[in-house]
Amino acid sequence: MGALLDIDRLAVALPGPRGPLPILHDVSLTVGEGELVGIAGESGCGKSITAQTVLGLLPPGATVTGSARFDGTELLNLDRKGWQRVRGAGIAMVFQDPSAALHPMLTVGRQLTEHMRVHLGVDRKAAKRRAIDLLDQVRLPDPERALDAYPHQFSGGMRQRVAIASALAAQPRLLIADEPTTALDVTVQAGILGLLDRLRRETGLAVAFITHDLGVLSALTARSYVFYAGRVVENGPTGALLTEPRHPYTAALLGARPHGGQSTATLTPIPGGPPAPGELPPGCAFSPRCTHVRDDCRTAVPPLLQAGPARETACVIRPELEAAA
Amino acid sequence: MTLLEIDGVHVEHKPRGRDAVRAVVGVDLSVAPGQIVGLVGESGCGKSSLARVAAGLTPPSAGEVRYAGRPVTPLGWRRRAADQIGLQMVFQNPYASLNPRRAVGEQLLDGVPADVTGAARRNRIPELLERVGMPASAATRYPHQFSGGQRQRLAIARALAPQPRVIIADEPVTALDASSQAQVVNLLVGLVRELEMGMLFISHDLALVHEIADVTAVMYLGKIVETAPTRQLWAEPRHPYTRALIDAVPRISATPTLPTTLAGEVPDPANAPAGCRFAPRCPHAFDRCAEAPPTVQIGAGSVACWLNVPQPVHQ
Repeated sequence: MGALLDIDRLAVALPGPRGPLPILHDVSLTVGEGELVGIAGESGCGKSITAQTVLGLLPPGATVTGSARFDGTELLNLDRKGWQRVRGAGIAMVFQDPSAALHPMLTVGRQLTEHMRVHLGVDRKAAKRRAIDLLDQVRLPDPERALDAYPHQFSGGMRQRVAIASALAAQPRLLIADEPTTALDVTVQAGILGLLDRLRRETGLAVAFITHDLGVLSALTARSYVFYAGRVVENGPTGALLTEPRHPYTAALLGARPHGGQSTATLTPIPGGPPAPGELPPGCAFSPRCTHVRDDCRTAVPPLLQAGPARETACVIRPELEAAA
Repeated sequence: MTLLEIDGVHVEHKPRGRDAVRAVVGVDLSVAPGQIVGLVGESGCGKSSLARVAAGLTPPSAGEVRYAGRPVTPLGWRRRAADQIGLQMVFQNPYASLNPRRAVGEQLLDGVPADVTGAARRNRIPELLERVGMPASAATRYPHQFSGGQRQRLAIARALAPQPRVIIADEPVTALDASSQAQVVNLLVGLVRELEMGMLFISHDLALVHEIADVTAVMYLGKIVETAPTRQLWAEPRHPYTRALIDAVPRISATPTLPTTLAGEVPDPANAPAGCRFAPRCPHAFDRCAEAPPTVQIGAGSVACWLNVPQPVHQ
């Protein structure tokens, strides 16, 4: 299997006041060349920590086991030099808040061309040409003038497009996008989803798209992983996963979102909240909030098992749920 | 009967050394008891400016807001007049709308009218907490001891303390996770239905407004471009901007498609286009759009778009 990104049984613990706090448990995930993969779940479920691990951005003192390979290179024991080669030109990242990703006191042109000169070794002129080309690709109006502008002179949606252009500057093969459209209006979001899809088709860019918006997941991604309390609880082709969820948590997330009912508050909230790391209940972490819970859910963590074509789910009662459907 | 009437309201912001920005340009909107009016639009369209005027937090530069028939007087640093105490607001950020240094129960009591005294006053705290689905023990705790969703419920309890008849909710669930979003939305809708309150629900989340609002108003660059009963608005949007907003919402489906992109950017409100403000981005724009379109009534809704003016009026 030659996936571009191959995460295998990854576990991460962060230092806590009372010893290491396990955050990720046994996460396996792949992103193929030119593939758009979705990662979904509530805040604090481990989506962003997974991204940080892959970029070597975990805080000091974190303990990591398992493996994360990018194009065959093991990322978990890279040194400084190694990371410099991977970041930017191999894996790039776009964050939720574009103002945090852009330097407020440097012009957009400077921020875009810096990566190129470091990673691609091109001269100033060529870098400028490519920067204009990139801004044009992300459909920023008047790219030439934008090069001399500062980030604050753009609206939120335009800033996010600049941040994406900057992430793409060194021609990465994998883009990790962590809730890049959450703070944006639907109209601007539509533009950015279209842009990512076009880049995938035209340049073979692979994208791991982290979101809690299942509509975005459906519209954009081919395959998805649903995270809960630091584990993958379900994965598979996005269309099938969202129309016929096999894990009660995926089903509950779908029920909690608006689906076009009428004025009767038909949203079905998931009772309670996700458990804090280090306070996981025994057995299945979702069991305290699950409407289908039974005794054996509380005895052991259910393993991810095959659940239909190219699908896996971690739920002991799955066969019965399917029979009932 | 309407409880809250927004009548020809204009809002101007005057940044120092720059031209005045007309954030809200002649908006009419009304909220009846037991009714949820949804207000949607992109960021920067003037939704929050309108909300602040509607709640009497800032004065309009022209026009008037009436609550229960009386003009709402802007607050400044004064307390709210007794006859306007029934107009309350819930803000987007529950971290900022509660005082971090005071216990929850004490803050709830701030909202209880002064003529409620003694045991009746003390009993309000557990009543309010129960209304929003929080345990009575929350009264002695501090805001930081709660999650975002719980905090928003406490902020709602605070808004409910004076027994309001109208609540203005400005993006009340935007900062929350999917599951607590559903909890808070259900709470607000339940309160409106049960207590016959009116609610102006402001959000950029169209799917959510579709779910809960009886009437939806769509705002673009300071103007309301379309208002209609929610079901009608979604089934038959009359304004091209409404159509564009609806088409931009990503949907779950077994055969998904990317949402449709609307061309162009929202113009700077400081130099809004003359005529129809949406015309530069509108796929249907034609010569008439150089002139500002009139608002025409269509069935239970109204729309400001030349496409809906049947006969071009000459002269």
